[in-house]
Amino acid sequence: MKPAIEVHQLTRTFGRIKAVDRVAFDVYPGEVFGFLGPNGAGKTTTVRMLTGVIDPSDGTAVIQGHDIRRAPLRSRAHIAVVPEEANVYLDLTVWQNIMLMAELHGIPRRQRTGKADQLLDALGIADRKKQKARMLSKGLRQRLMLCAALVTDPEIIFLDEPTSGLDVESARLMRQIVADLNKDGLTVFLTTHNMTEAGDMCARVAIINSGRIAAIDTPENLRAAISSRQYVEVAFSMDLPDQDQLETITGVFEMKPALRRFTLYTDTPGQVAAEVVRWADQKGHQIAGISIHKPSLEDVYLHFTRTRRAGGSQ
Amino acid sequence: MTVQTNAASWHRQFHCALAILKKNIRLYYLKPPVLIFGILFPVFFFLAFKMGRPIAAEDVVPGMVAMALWFTASAVGPLVTPWERNARTYERLIASPVSIHSILAGDVMSGLIFGTCLSVVPVLIGSLLTDTVIESLPLLIAGIILGALNFATLGVLLASPPASAPSNIMLLSNLVRLPLLFVSGIFVPLEQMPAWARWAAPVSPLSYATVLIRTAYGHEAFFPVWLSLFMLVFFAMVFFWVSCVFHNMWRARAL
Ligand SMILES: Nc1ncnc2c1ncn2[C@@H]1O[C@H](COP(=O)(O)OP(=O)(O)OP(=O)(O)O)[C@@H](O)[C@H]1O
Ligand SMILES: [Mg+2]
Repeated sequence: MKPAIEVHQLTRTFGRIKAVDRVAFDVYPGEVFGFLGPNGAGKTTTVRMLTGVIDPSDGTAVIQGHDIRRAPLRSRAHIAVVPEEANVYLDLTVWQNIMLMAELHGIPRRQRTGKADQLLDALGIADRKKQKARMLSKGLRQRLMLCAALVTDPEIIFLDEPTSGLDVESARLMRQIVADLNKDGLTVFLTTHNMTEAGDMCARVAIINSGRIAAIDTPENLRAAISSRQYVEVAFSMDLPDQDQLETITGVFEMKPALRRFTLYTDTPGQVAAEVVRWADQKGHQIAGISIHKPSLEDVYLHFTRTRRAGGSQ
Repeated sequence: MTVQTNAASWHRQFHCALAILKKNIRLYYLKPPVLIFGILFPVFFFLAFKMGRPIAAEDVVPGMVAMALWFTASAVGPLVTPWERNARTYERLIASPVSIHSILAGDVMSGLIFGTCLSVVPVLIGSLLTDTVIESLPLLIAGIILGALNFATLGVLLASPPASAPSNIMLLSNLVRLPLLFVSGIFVPLEQMPAWARWAAPVSPLSYATVLIRTAYGHEAFFPVWLSLFMLVFFAMVFFWVSCVFHNMWRARAL
């Protein structure tokens, strides 16, 4: 399958800072691609280069077959973006904001009005249609931004932290709309700090740290890749005088106690669980609950962003 | 940026420029800086200049028209881009599939229309309240429209530097506009000005518009009419080209 976005050695420097350093990845049509990384990792800079807002210092990318440096207008014709710190036009009405974006993308009148009405309904701001955007709360403005992006009928949408600062309801609504459109074939490039969001929505994620890609894979594969971060969680119904012995069980790398609940990190969770049960039996401790966990995406994220930071730049 | 030459793409970019124009009219025509620098300034300058001096109406009216045009047409441009940067609407605008040329063409049209419409006011006042006669209406219209085009483009050019606050651009634009006002034969016809001012006049596009407007009101022209027409178009093209280069170069600054 031909990628929707091919990124080749994309680099951007600001003075002496390498904000994005020879980043390369592909995004396939119809997938939700997550882009994760700590503050200042270079996520927004990457999105800005891909959407033509800033020029790369080096490297390039190809979007739907059009090189962003050689054919910027053609490459931008296929995309829509909800930038991180952008705002809608506060002195235009909700409707005028949406129409402006549709006009700039050359969407014919009939199509844009129909589509806009449908999106306003889906995003629950149909009754605000004639209000100035100034009247909207932050969350509603963000919905309007999404609306104005989607009305352009994009093949690819870039969302830079679309749900940061939104309440649970709004965030869920945005995710739902994006997921629905993704089912109909929309390719999504999603930047986020929310690991649950990334884990739930993304087919693949890239983890970027200090301008470099640290890992790219499906969330499952990434979790499997750091099998040493699997863990057994065990809870006892009473205090243990000899809890330190848990750490000496074969196969346990690390133990984290919290009240009567213990997290034991291991790459052989089955054996460790059996061992814990045997030990408790022997000592006469009563187990209230025991469970085996794969590492979460958050564990993966911390693993990759910490090692890289400790190891310095490569 | 690649120049896409096919007709369909020109047509589309033209529509985009119109969409930008519509947005600018809705957003910026009534913003306080536009009203202050575009309307109060010329009125104030006019009063300051006229106060207590016996000047013939046929000298005052063309000067008034040219000055109004100068301030109004160049008032919109310096506001748009800095304001968009400040309000954080600029990033989304330049991420849309619209060339910087079309965006700026829309901005130029905004100033052109604003200036042309408002310069009708001093023309009407002159015709109704004084005994001045318009001797050549076509020349007056050409002077106003080409002048407005030129000054609007200058306004757009002044908007290109990446300023952290729109007021810095306002300052810059007045630093450019006010000195040029005094070497362009508005208050005193160029032929009566000191030699240094006559040397400076050719670099000010306002001089050429003033010549056209004064000629339309029956005055002797300091520059030939053809030269003035040519220079207005020439300056506008240079300003526009430089605007495109600067806006493109500085588009990501001060986002
Ligand atoms: N316009 C700019 N001028 C100078 N440095 C910049 C500019 N934009 C970004 N940087 C620097 O580039 C690096 C990457 O910034 P970027 O905004 O891409 O990070 P991010 O991953 O989006 O972070 P966050 O999660 O905080 O949004 C940072 O060190 C930042 O200071
Ligand atoms: Mg960011």
